[in-house]
Amino acid sequence: MNFFLTIILDGLIQASWLFIVALGLTLVFGVLKILNIAHGSFYALGAYIAATAVTMVAARGLPPSVGFVAMLLSVALIASAVGLLLERGLLKMFYGRNEVVLLLVTYAVFLILEDVTKLIWGVNPIYATQPYELFGNLEFAGLYYVGYDLVLIPISAVVGLAIWFGLNRTVIGKIVLAVIHNEEMSVSMGVRVNRVYAIAFAFGVLLAALAGALTAPKISMQPGLSSDVIILSFAIVVIGGLGSVEGAAVGAILVGLARAASVHLMPQAELFMIYLIMAAVLMFRPEGLFKRETARRI
Amino acid sequence: MDRSWRTNCAIILATIATTSFTLAAPLSAQETFKLGIVTFLSGPAADSFGVPARNGAQFVIDQLNKGSVPSPYEKVGFGGMKIEPVIIDENGGATKQVQELRNLYQRDNVDVVLGYISSGDCLAVAPIAEELKKMLVLMDCGTPRIFEEAKYNYVFRTAAHAAMDNVGLVRYMKAKNVKMDTLSAINQDYAWGQDSRADFVAAAQQLYPNVKVQTDLLPKFGAGQYGTEISALVGAGSDVVYSSLWGGDLQAFVLQSVPRGLSKRSQLVLSAADHVLPPLGDKMPDGTIIGARGAYGLMSQKSPLNDWLFKGYEAANGVYPVQAAYRITQSILGLKAAVEKAMSKNGGKKPSTDEMVAAMTGLEWPSPGGLIQMKLADGHQAIQPIAISRTKYNPDLKRVELVDIQYFAAECVNPPPGVKSIDWIKGGMQGAKCN
Repeated sequence: MNFFLTIILDGLIQASWLFIVALGLTLVFGVLKILNIAHGSFYALGAYIAATAVTMVAARGLPPSVGFVAMLLSVALIASAVGLLLERGLLKMFYGRNEVVLLLVTYAVFLILEDVTKLIWGVNPIYATQPYELFGNLEFAGLYYVGYDLVLIPISAVVGLAIWFGLNRTVIGKIVLAVIHNEEMSVSMGVRVNRVYAIAFAFGVLLAALAGALTAPKISMQPGLSSDVIILSFAIVVIGGLGSVEGAAVGAILVGLARAASVHLMPQAELFMIYLIMAAVLMFRPEGLFKRETARRI
Repeated sequence: MDRSWRTNCAIILATIATTSFTLAAPLSAQETFKLGIVTFLSGPAADSFGVPARNGAQFVIDQLNKGSVPSPYEKVGFGGMKIEPVIIDENGGATKQVQELRNLYQRDNVDVVLGYISSGDCLAVAPIAEELKKMLVLMDCGTPRIFEEAKYNYVFRTAAHAAMDNVGLVRYMKAKNVKMDTLSAINQDYAWGQDSRADFVAAAQQLYPNVKVQTDLLPKFGAGQYGTEISALVGAGSDVVYSSLWGGDLQAFVLQSVPRGLSKRSQLVLSAADHVLPPLGDKMPDGTIIGARGAYGLMSQKSPLNDWLFKGYEAANGVYPVQAAYRITQSILGLKAAVEKAMSKNGGKKPSTDEMVAAMTGLEWPSPGGLIQMKLADGHQAIQPIAISRTKYNPDLKRVELVDIQYFAAECVNPPPGVKSIDWIKGGMQGAKCN
């Protein structure tokens, strides 16, 4: 019994931060119809900014709790600004073009951000471990878990619920949903679509950066961080259905549990298991688990 | 007229004499030795290995060019030739490295290429050097496969391969009566991780015949997050957890596993961990058994050569040298010894590639980490002594110190010539000279 509880808990911890990254990716795709290759770079950017904030706070002798708050605030501010700047300054120039062009533009942004992070933070691993000790350790199913890892689960649940509530129960959310479902009709009803695009993209960047910030205290930040994350995030949104919040949640949980189960039961199949699930879903539900099939407009 | 004739004769004689002297002279004052150096300047391996190796190379070349290295390396540069380094980033994968190697030989006209940390890169570039008939000195990569699965004339490796690290670890554990009825392992899923794992498990099965392998994990290189793996390792509760993780991966693993009690439940045994001691500090648990892939850094033995490197490197870089700095130093000193041996046989001229290859084959030379002997692979693969120890944090100095150090002779932990390392280990490590 304890063994299965361990798998579930490990899977949920893994799913927690992956869900936040995938949520940003699926939001941007849902609204802007962009497969954002640079999404992993925003995750890395968030991690680096968080590490800088934590290090600065620690250097002033302040407690880790202040570092935790500082890293979240700094990431929120900088990531939102970067998101708005990129959408207004670059992406909007390519709206209406072929989707492949936008894909290539985000790929270019990915390459640029990779080098920008190297330029600012260098190539050596960076650590910001102080907040990792903030919540102590807990014993569960016969094993010790770091409290910080466990706290990530409710944080991601709150973030997911907030996004779902914002989209489905607020006026702004309903406007965003209207743009997702029918952009032309939204324009004819007086919706400022460009503003919705900017807000959605900034939110997407913010979510990726937030996930980066939350994982920063337990990892070593180094070049290459972004590419692994983007591959897993794509797998999650493909499983859940591009543009679906519920899909991102279920996809993240499936990926997290599959990975945890294979590490415990069949370590050699760890990566294969994730893509096996993706292939199985695509075979029976090519649109993903939660994406509704839509009639093609002519 | 007479005077004019005599003057002309004097000029002609002087010209002939000067020309003859030039032809006979071993080297002109401007002769240099162009040395291609390949090491990670960016990417995950840069911080732990690449940059220390680059810093080590710069220090040693500076010192050699000034003639400031202790005996027997006091001669300036390589046999009087100043060394001119051309440093290339190893990051970017094996395909890129193959092209970079061709560029170094064919575009930059380097005399020798020396370097490479990644086992994958070493396996990729060795056949290219052979094809071009150019000398290649591999300085670090650990996989035994380079010379065990192929034969090269122009390629050398001046450091022992990973079999030594793992045989040394198991011999140390046996000597210190470390209990190992059960064993779990976590290694990266590529040549280095897989070969290290195979060697350690095979050596453990020889010296601990009843050992049972429990959890055996191979996460991908650069995984960074090991929460699930740590659960599996802690859950298994093995007597020993072995790992050949290195760099950022090893640091992340230690940072994540210590709060979860892995080091309290199992004896951690890390085959190449010396380089993470300075950044981890008190986060590295006391009592961890570690190797440094040689008798390097805090495990190095006192000698004029070692004092020169340790103190000089520390003064130049603000941190003591770890394994990569030692390995590139022994590589450059070995090449110097080979070049000067070749020059002693050819009348002091700059040696050709074939002359250097002949001189390097089977060579022995002293290094800061001990005597290096090119004894394997028909004189192309080095063996060397190794040291293993335990960690202990010193709060006064605010750094991890290494205690309970034990040294093993090269022929105790390396296979004899003509035998594959894994076969040697599985065959009971016959012929090992451990006294």
